[in-house]
Order: sequence, then C-alpha cells, then structure tokens
Amino acid sequence: MRFFKKITGSNLFYNFLRDPMAIGSATVLLFLIVASFGAPLFAPHNPYDQTTIDIMDAELPPIWTGAADADSRFLLGTDPQGRGMLSTMLYGMRVSVLIGVGAVVLQSLIGIIIGLIAGYKGGRLEALLMRLADVQLSFSTYMVAIFISAVFQGIFGMGVYSDYALGLLILVIGFAEWPQYARTVRASVMAEKNKEYVEAARVIGLPQWRIMFRHILPNTMTPVLVISTVQVANAIMSEAALSFIGLGMPPSQPSLGSLIKSGFDYIASGSWWISLFPGIALVVLILSINLLGDWLRDYLNPKLYKD
Amino acid sequence: MFAFIIRRITQAIFVMLVISVIGFAIKQSVGDPVREITGISVSVAERDALRDKLGLNDPFPVQWFRFVKGALHGDLGNSFKYKRPAVQVILSKAPATLELVLTTSILVVLLSIPIGIYAAIHSKSWWARLAMGGSIIGVSIPVFLTAILLIYVFAVWLQWLPSFGRGELVEIFPGWKSGFFTWSGLAHLFLPTISLTSIMLPLFIRLIRAEMTETLQTEYVKYARARGLKENRILYVHAFKNTLLPVITVGGVQLGTLIAFTILTETVFQWGGMGSMFIKAVEDADTSLMVAYLVFVGLIFVVVNTVVDVIYGYVNPMIRTGGGK
Repeated sequence: MRFFKKITGSNLFYNFLRDPMAIGSATVLLFLIVASFGAPLFAPHNPYDQTTIDIMDAELPPIWTGAADADSRFLLGTDPQGRGMLSTMLYGMRVSVLIGVGAVVLQSLIGIIIGLIAGYKGGRLEALLMRLADVQLSFSTYMVAIFISAVFQGIFGMGVYSDYALGLLILVIGFAEWPQYARTVRASVMAEKNKEYVEAARVIGLPQWRIMFRHILPNTMTPVLVISTVQVANAIMSEAALSFIGLGMPPSQPSLGSLIKSGFDYIASGSWWISLFPGIALVVLILSINLLGDWLRDYLNPKLYKD
Repeated sequence: MFAFIIRRITQAIFVMLVISVIGFAIKQSVGDPVREITGISVSVAERDALRDKLGLNDPFPVQWFRFVKGALHGDLGNSFKYKRPAVQVILSKAPATLELVLTTSILVVLLSIPIGIYAAIHSKSWWARLAMGGSIIGVSIPVFLTAILLIYVFAVWLQWLPSFGRGELVEIFPGWKSGFFTWSGLAHLFLPTISLTSIMLPLFIRLIRAEMTETLQTEYVKYARARGLKENRILYVHAFKNTLLPVITVGGVQLGTLIAFTILTETVFQWGGMGSMFIKAVEDADTSLMVAYLVFVGLIFVVVNTVVDVIYGYVNPMIRTGGGK
C-alpha cells in the first residue's frame, strides 16, 4: 500500500496523468501486453495445437469481407497453414514481446557492466572498450544482428537454429545492441565519479566493485531507463526484420515478423490479411512503446540522444 | 593533422584485420571445403592428401595469413553456388544496390534538410508537428511492411507499377548495367526507392531538427540576433553551417543502417543487388560468398567512416588533438 502511494504521489505519475499522449499509449501497450500474454485464455484457438488445425481452412479471408469462403470461426481469416489469424497473432505478439524484453535485459546487463567498468577505471581499458563499442555501433545494430544470426544459422544448421530460435534471437539482438547502454552508462559514470559521495566512499576504504555497483550505478539509472523503452521497441523491430528475412522464428512458432513473411508469399494472390493484421499489430506495439519512451525522455530530459 | 590522419588510418587497418579474423573464423567453422570439392565417393586417404595439399592442416594463424594475402589480391574464394570468384559475383551485383542507394540518398537529402530546418524553426506550428508526428510513425513502421503495403496497393491492386526485379537494363559501361535509362528500369526503381526513403527520411528529419534546435540556442546565434542581422541570414548561414557537421558524422554512422535496410528492401522486391544476394547466400549456406560480403561491406564502412572522420577533423580542429576520443 505504501509502495502504491509512493507511485501515485510522485511527480512522474502527476506528469503522466496530464499527458493524454502518454496515457493513450500506455493504455494501448497495456492492452496489447495483457492480450498477448493472456493469449491462452483469450485466443479462440490454440495455434500450437496441431489437432485443431485443418489445412482445408488455409487462407480464408476475414469474415466481414463477405467472401463465399469466409468462416465465422475465424474473425480475421486464417494464415497459409489454416491457423486463425487472431489467435496466431496474439501468440505471435507474445513471442515478439518476450524476445524484445529478453534482448533488452541481456544488452543492458552487458552494457551496464562494460560502461561502468570503462567509465570508472578509465585509461587504456576504457579506450579499448569504448573504441570497440564505437566500431560495433558504426556497423549499426541491424547489420550486426543479421550477420551474427546468419553465422549462427550456418554453424548450427537450419533445424537446430529454428528449435532454439527464441533463445538465440535474444542472444543475437542482445549482443548487437549493448554499445548503446555502454555509452550511456559510461557518460553518466564520468559525470558521477568525481562527486563528493564517491570520494567519501573511496576514503572510507570501500572496495571498488562496491563503489561502482552500489554507489554510482543507482545514480546512472535515469538515462538507462529512458533508453530502455526505445531499446525494447528497437529489439522488437530487429526481431521482426530477422524473422522476415528468414533468420528468425520458424513458421511453426511464429512471431509477428514471421507471420508477415508468411503472408508476403501470398500477397500476389490477393491474400492481404495475412500480412496486414500482424503488420498493424507490430506497428501499434512499436509506436506505443516509442511514444511512451518519448514522453519519458521529455519528462526526465537527460539530454541523451539526438536521434 | 598529419598525425591525426595516420592514427585514423591505423585504426581503420586494425578494424579491417579484426573483420578478416571474424570472416576467416566463419569460413573455418561453417562447411568443409574438401567435401565441397570432392563429393562423397572419394576415400578418406585421398581426402586427407587433398587436405594437406590445400594447406587445411596448417595452424590457424598461417591459414589466416594466407586468407588475408588472398583478400589483398582481391581473392576471397569461390562462390559455391555461382561457381565464380565471390568478389566477381559481388561486383556484378553492386550496381543494382548502388543505384537504389543513390536515388534514396538524393531524395533523403533533398527532403530532410528543408523539413528538418522548418520543424526546428517553427516547432510549434501545425506543419512542424505533422512532420514530427509523421516521422515517429515512419520510424515505427518496419521497412519491409511499407514495402509490402506499396506492393499490394500499386502492384497487386492498382497494377500501376511492377513489384519485382529491375526491368530493362542498359549496359552503360562494362559490368555496370543501369536501370536509369529505360522507362521500365525507372518504373521498377520507384517502389523500392520509396520504401527505403520512408525509413531513412524520418531518421534524418529528426536528427536535423534536433541539431538545429540546439544550435539556435547557442550564444553566437543570440549575438547575431543582437547585432540585428537578418533572420534568414542567421538561420541559413550562421546556424545551418554548424548543424551540418554533426549531421555528416551521424550520417556516416547511418550508412550501416542504410545497408541493413537495403538488405530488407532488396529481399522484398527481389532486387538483384548485394543485399538479396547475401540472404540467398545464407539460405544456400554459400559460406565464401557470405564472408566475401562481410569483408566487402566492412571495407565500405571503414573507408566511409575514416573519410568522414578525416573531413570532420579537418573542419573541426578540436577533434584532432588527443582529447577527442
């Protein structure tokens, strides 16, 4: 209860309530997340259950189109394998969100540790680590992600890759995007490390790791929080892009990106709904995260990114 | 300045060496060249002899050195699928990608600068808000989705424009088949260019607006105002000049993003460029071609970034001295 009060009494919450854009995007995001993680409860079908899928149901149009083969069981039509679009999308969004959040957790872990060490220790180590981050960043995260997953697929083979696609994608995207965190954290550590409280901690003889992780780290969390929202959106985008070019989730466990891909193969025959609905879901998901991130950045305004 | 250039070039060479190690490691771990050459009906002893002859039993550094030596002579191995040197395959695909990138860059430069500046100056106006709102939506729509939408509307539904391939090509000089000189080539170029622009343009509008807003708050702009200079002169001569510099550096970094998006766009439109070639190479497990593409793209990055850095160092003396890491 006290925790709840602390949140509702905060400036952040006050500001949030006065920004219709923030409320709107947060509501949409909450709705999407609840719908996707509650998919087993809400979805009319289970796309992973082979026994309920009938190939004869493949490529049925949405019911409101009035086409002769539209089926009342499938509100948004079906995909090329006869799975209901609505259910498959909900399950697919869960995969996308899981990968997005997982990748951000991984990249923030790597990035924060590297950024802290580089910023606090300084010297040669810092120059090396930051140069590495710069070089990797100059290749752009998409490029790095595409290359690593291409290599993984080459090493493990297509079959194994699709069996472990979820974990591998988290690994790939997490590794591709750590420099963002490392740079942000390092910049804040540089600003923090000469302040009195750090001096004081050093004077009383605390070990270095304790100063870094218990004293400096909490004070660098604001910018980390801000880029995290945008990074989740980026990670979801990367995942969709990788799945679209066939380096991501397999059709048997579709994410939004692989659904769009499977629809693209049928677009010439006029089956627009297979690509369009997951596409809309993806854009709304990313847009709501980005808008929320924009609001958070404007609120906290730590002059981070000039994108 | 000389020392600065030397330092940058040393760094560039170092990065290329690292790329070559990665590329070589990929080549080592994926696929077995002996099996590719011999097939299944060759005995183990013969295979071992061949392995020895090809130097595949040498230690890693020795083989790597041989790989780098070959790469310097423009030899990155043969493509398994095309049965040709990988470098040749890449060079034959490069014009397609370059033409797509060129038209996109022209569009982005022509549109992003006026829109970005306008959005920075009149940040409260409805047009500026529209531009910024549009750009956040543009950033949130993945390039392949825009592409699919365009294909559906213009190729499947309206049937106005072609959706795949490059159309009729004209060989302007040996090895460079251009689509710029035929109507069919231009029509085929239309949708891919629009898709690629739709994702790159918002990035640059946002960047230019942010830089311009920042410049407008600096002391020297205030001073120029206080001196009573004409507003247009302050904006377009004084402020814009200093906006361009960071835009050029970040623009260099965006090259990577551009190439990644080119891969996606080319895949959707079956554009016969390097990007779709790379994805096919991955599907066919054509390791040599994959590695050659990695090295080739790495080289482009390193060269462009080094040149951008050197230009930047030339224009902005603060970067040259040791502090600017």
